[in-house]
Amino acid sequence: MSSFIVRGAAPLGGEPTDLLLADGRIVEIGPGLSAAGAHVVDAAGLIALPGLVDLHTHLREPGREDAETVESGTRAAALGGFTAVHAMANTSPVADTAGVVEQVWRMGQEYGHADVRPVGAVTVGLAGEWLAELGAMADCPAAVRVFSDDGKCVSDAVLMRRALEYVKAFDGVIAQHAQEPRLTEGAQMNEGEMSALLGLGGWPAVAEEAIIARDCLLAAHVGSRLHVCHVSTAGSVDLIRWAKAKGWDVTAEVTPHHLVLTDDLVRSYDPIYKVNPPLRTHSDVEALRAGLADGTIDAVATDHAPHADEDKDCEWAAAAMGMLGLQTALAVVQQVMVDTGLLDWAGVADRMSIRPARIGRVDGHGRSIAVDQPANLTLYDPSAPWVVDGDQLASRSRNTPYRGRELPGAVYATFLRGRPTVLDGKIA
Amino acid sequence: MKRHLLSAADLTRDDAVAILDTAAELARLADRPIKKLPTLRGRTVVNLFYEDSTRTRTSFELAAKRLSADVINFAAKGSSVSKGESLKDTALTLEAMGADAVVVRHFASGAPHRLATAGWIRGSVINAGDGTHEHPTQALLDAYTMRDRLGGIEGRRVSIVGDILHSRVARSNVLLLHTLGAEVTLVAPPTLLPVGVGSWPCAVSYDLDAELPKSDVVMMLRVQRERMNAAFFPSAREYSRRYGLHSERMATLPEHAIVMHPGPMNRGMEITAPVADSVRSTIVEQVSNGLSVRMAVLYLLLSGSEPAIGRDDETEGA
Ligand SMILES: [Zn+2]
Repeated sequence: MSSFIVRGAAPLGGEPTDLLLADGRIVEIGPGLSAAGAHVVDAAGLIALPGLVDLHTHLREPGREDAETVESGTRAAALGGFTAVHAMANTSPVADTAGVVEQVWRMGQEYGHADVRPVGAVTVGLAGEWLAELGAMADCPAAVRVFSDDGKCVSDAVLMRRALEYVKAFDGVIAQHAQEPRLTEGAQMNEGEMSALLGLGGWPAVAEEAIIARDCLLAAHVGSRLHVCHVSTAGSVDLIRWAKAKGWDVTAEVTPHHLVLTDDLVRSYDPIYKVNPPLRTHSDVEALRAGLADGTIDAVATDHAPHADEDKDCEWAAAAMGMLGLQTALAVVQQVMVDTGLLDWAGVADRMSIRPARIGRVDGHGRSIAVDQPANLTLYDPSAPWVVDGDQLASRSRNTPYRGRELPGAVYATFLRGRPTVLDGKIA
Repeated sequence: MKRHLLSAADLTRDDAVAILDTAAELARLADRPIKKLPTLRGRTVVNLFYEDSTRTRTSFELAAKRLSADVINFAAKGSSVSKGESLKDTALTLEAMGADAVVVRHFASGAPHRLATAGWIRGSVINAGDGTHEHPTQALLDAYTMRDRLGGIEGRRVSIVGDILHSRVARSNVLLLHTLGAEVTLVAPPTLLPVGVGSWPCAVSYDLDAELPKSDVVMMLRVQRERMNAAFFPSAREYSRRYGLHSERMATLPEHAIVMHPGPMNRGMEITAPVADSVRSTIVEQVSNGLSVRMAVLYLLLSGSEPAIGRDDETEGA
């Protein structure tokens, strides 16, 4: 197997050094490394991070291969600096059996530009009526540890309680899409001044917060792990802070778009901004940034949600919810967290690799950059501004909210087990 | 110059006054033996209605015909919210037909906005009511009616009563009447007021009886009995008792005050028959004024010679 010398990279933004990668691991770290036959990657000015891990990716395969596939989605992931992604279960068929999760896992093994960890559905068909065979999904080769009905909320309190209890047997976690269904009937955007002005059905913050509060209490009661997907409101951050202060095993994620975009953008009625949970207000954005900075929110997760053109190029009410995220995530985090002084690069590594890998129980990812660790690495150039061209992204879909916007930095290379999946900003 | 009329907020004070003045001139046409002007000859106006509204459609149709435009009625039925391709596809068809103006009524808020800004068509878009968002020509005809009956709008007190939450008429009226200098109060139970209403340029009250003696205009909105099932209010009887306009309540209005209703009415629910049929009621005039106002809007948007609707951006928000 070929080896690589990464020359002059700054691990976590610290002092530049060289890294020797061989046999899938980091074998040496130090200045002026050399090794016979090794490929040299000039990484001067680049920051080395442990390969990013996404807890929340929609790969759309099986079922909507026109919008995304395991191949195209992981291509976008690699270009975004990710070495592992969790593939959400709301595919068609739903990933609610060992067969489907194993199929997704095998596609990841075969075509993936990043490791694919399937997420299993909590309930059969995401219908919220019967528990899916969580144990079978955990025991199959895909070794599922994260279970979620994402796109839908497990709103029945008894089902949620049972799911939380049940997955303790195999160290699983329930990742909840917190959305009280009755409070969000007909909801189209954040409920507030803007929804009143635009005449769009309001999605109140309390619909998210009420479920988070309930689930924290349930998780504490049964002594299980809860992960809260894509928190979007200031009140949610407060609730998670409270749960953590109690010592409960509750973790949470925030998307890059909820850290930067607000419901003001909906004024355009452009469905590119239609997302679930909805874009919130400026003060919510501030609270989310603060929560991510102080560790209340454990992880940045993309909620990468590709949609075919016909599902977005229509009127607001008819449009599908979601936006792309994998290729822009790190640059957005740099812009709103690093360049603003809220988080350093070690913090970025923690929130985008180390903690997500721990939450998802992903072996071999999210480790420190140290000798004998798996060589899953991202080399990032923080001073490489680029203007997002929606047509040039690797996803099969083009629904990026950042089209035409300038982002401050770019992924230069991604290494998966010592081999580049991306080099010089291109698929290797 | 703005090409579209999507929201009452698109209109400056001068724009609105120009429309009302033009409508007043055009209203005189009704007294002539030949009720037709050649102004929009050769222009094509499409009525694109995703929601049935014979009254509004007919009003726009007649308005366009009185200005000699060619009119196509395009009833786009059965497009479900989950499959929205049809709006774009229909727009492309209309573009191919060379539509100069598209009058659109849609069940989805923002659909006319999308039609105007998505790059699907080049013609002018006129919002004839979108979801629970706006209905700007209704607000214009209401303003026309108030000006006609009361001699002016500046400083007048207008109470809009009922289901504000779901009412595009209320939204457009608040914006336009504020622009024209009226003082608007929204009167409804708290469940039928939008959450962000506090930032609107109007007052809010839960108490109809307290507002009536101060009102020059009371505008009653239709309240659907179905809202009861969604717990917006406990019963039809309780609603009528607290927010319905009956003769006794009407008697507490100042002598010159008028009673308006955008129709269709729920007699016995928000308004009683004697009130609806009283001399104070302007409900029938509102319909005929709608024709003049829509003629004025089409004329000013399409004739091109008079840039009366929507000046350049520097006059906006004045
Ligand atoms: Zn979700």
